[in-house]
Amino acid sequence: MFSYCTDPSTLEGLSWLSCYLTTGKHLNLYISVVVVLVLLAITAPVALLFGFGAASAARSKFLPLRWFGKGYTSIVRGVPDIAFFLFFVIALDQAFEWMRHKVKCPDWDQPIRQGIDFVVCDAAKLPLSASPQWVHETYGFFLAVLTFSIVFGAFAANVLYGAMRAVPRAQIETAEAYGMTTRQAFWRILVPQMWVYALPGLSNLWMVLIKATPLLFLLGVEDIVYWARELGGTKTERFTEYPHPNWHVWYFAALLVFYLCFTKVSEVVLARIMKRLTKGQATAGGEAQRKAAA
Amino acid sequence: MSCVETIQAYAFRSLGIGERLLPRGEYTLCEHFTLIGSGLIWNVYFGALALTTGFFLAVALAVGKSSPNPLWRKPAEWFIFLFRGSPLFIQFFFAYACFLSLKSVSSFFDPFTSAWLGALVVLFFNTAAYSGEIFYGALLSIPKGDIEAADAYGMSGWTRFRRITFPTMLRLAWPAYTNEAIFLFHATTLVFFSGFPAWRQQGDALYYASYFADKTFNPFVPYPILAFYFILLTLVIIAIFGAVNKHLNKHLPQERRRKFRLRPNLIR
Repeated sequence: MFSYCTDPSTLEGLSWLSCYLTTGKHLNLYISVVVVLVLLAITAPVALLFGFGAASAARSKFLPLRWFGKGYTSIVRGVPDIAFFLFFVIALDQAFEWMRHKVKCPDWDQPIRQGIDFVVCDAAKLPLSASPQWVHETYGFFLAVLTFSIVFGAFAANVLYGAMRAVPRAQIETAEAYGMTTRQAFWRILVPQMWVYALPGLSNLWMVLIKATPLLFLLGVEDIVYWARELGGTKTERFTEYPHPNWHVWYFAALLVFYLCFTKVSEVVLARIMKRLTKGQATAGGEAQRKAAA
Repeated sequence: MSCVETIQAYAFRSLGIGERLLPRGEYTLCEHFTLIGSGLIWNVYFGALALTTGFFLAVALAVGKSSPNPLWRKPAEWFIFLFRGSPLFIQFFFAYACFLSLKSVSSFFDPFTSAWLGALVVLFFNTAAYSGEIFYGALLSIPKGDIEAADAYGMSGWTRFRRITFPTMLRLAWPAYTNEAIFLFHATTLVFFSGFPAWRQQGDALYYASYFADKTFNPFVPYPILAFYFILLTLVIIAIFGAVNKHLNKHLPQERRRKFRLRPNLIR
């Protein structure tokens, strides 16, 4: 990175450290931090969308739709965490390949499951075996986002479902008295009001989502945990210009600090948003604010 | 191999008893059920031990966090923040790396590098922090009248804590604590994915489930079996904790009793 880094063996102290921390693999580590942040930024809204859909489905008057909404939330919430992460990635991958296989190779006569192998025609492979490396990585990342969204969507659905029920019944009745249809009352009255009730649950979910990101490592994405393991291991002089003993402790300590800081910052920000949202609301929090000001 | 033979060979495989080689070639449903069930022994071991030992530290932490003296309060607050603010997964990795480097200092740390003790220590601290926060919340919501009544009877200090504060705290915290127990058991599945090696392929339920999924490239059999076992385990926990909850609430009128509601919280 820096010009004085050409011969690391002559360096000492801080200048050695500055060179060491800017090697190519370390840059990969920093990129993976960005990847985690991007994943959070994409997953949060998508999961919220899934959750909103499932919560509205669970309230629907149409029975199969209600079953779908309730079934989705209770199944995902009832089964242990990482089992889902391990399960979904393979299952989604196979589902996509199976669908493409049905569309692209209709005249394929062999069975797809041959004993312990899952065989689809070449054109249906995802991503195509000829495609470049970045496509494979993006596809893996996409699967990870989808998995996170499905799992966290179920949790968000539960929170939003509770929030929708927490909106005072009188509000809906008033809307109906004004002649609004069910749909209008839902979009104009219920949805704008539910967020105050949903925020405590959603902020809790955000904390949980932050803490779930190291599991990306299990999904086959080269994330921070992967690079910390890779870089922290013992390095001998034969393979690197920066030989060092086993430094896993330091790398994982850094990860721990990263997550603690992230949590702390989120806590502060969410507390502020909550304060903003409760202002003037007819809830205990809003009442407390009013009294404090008076 | 018939199913009975399979059970004989693999029922205690996770403890190193029975057949040494894991099943190969044809993977029957019976093998799936037996081996994953055998792995569940480790989940129960980690969960039960961490929960019982963690309970005492949790009470101490809760009392410490609600203490007016910052000398007690600050360490408790920091401990709880440290373990609740970071992913359990990273805690496992960090602890394993720590124990590995401590091993070279003193042979006292040798057993800590294997899962049965090292992971247990992490889970113990982790559940203590989570339950400590629950108990702290319960301490804050003890009815004022109870304390005043205790004062009126001339109770103070240890007597008041033992007779009034502690039982009420436990009663108030119990539904949330039940959820914590369930998720501690779920969290035990992370142990063998986080650096702690599975010695001679003696792993937990998820370890064997992912073994099957890797070998057969078919996630649709082992993971649902794993889910089945965990739902069963969850029901057992709810039954046990429900019985305790009944006992804690038996002096109350029927409608004031606190009901348990399952509130899953996913990852720690």
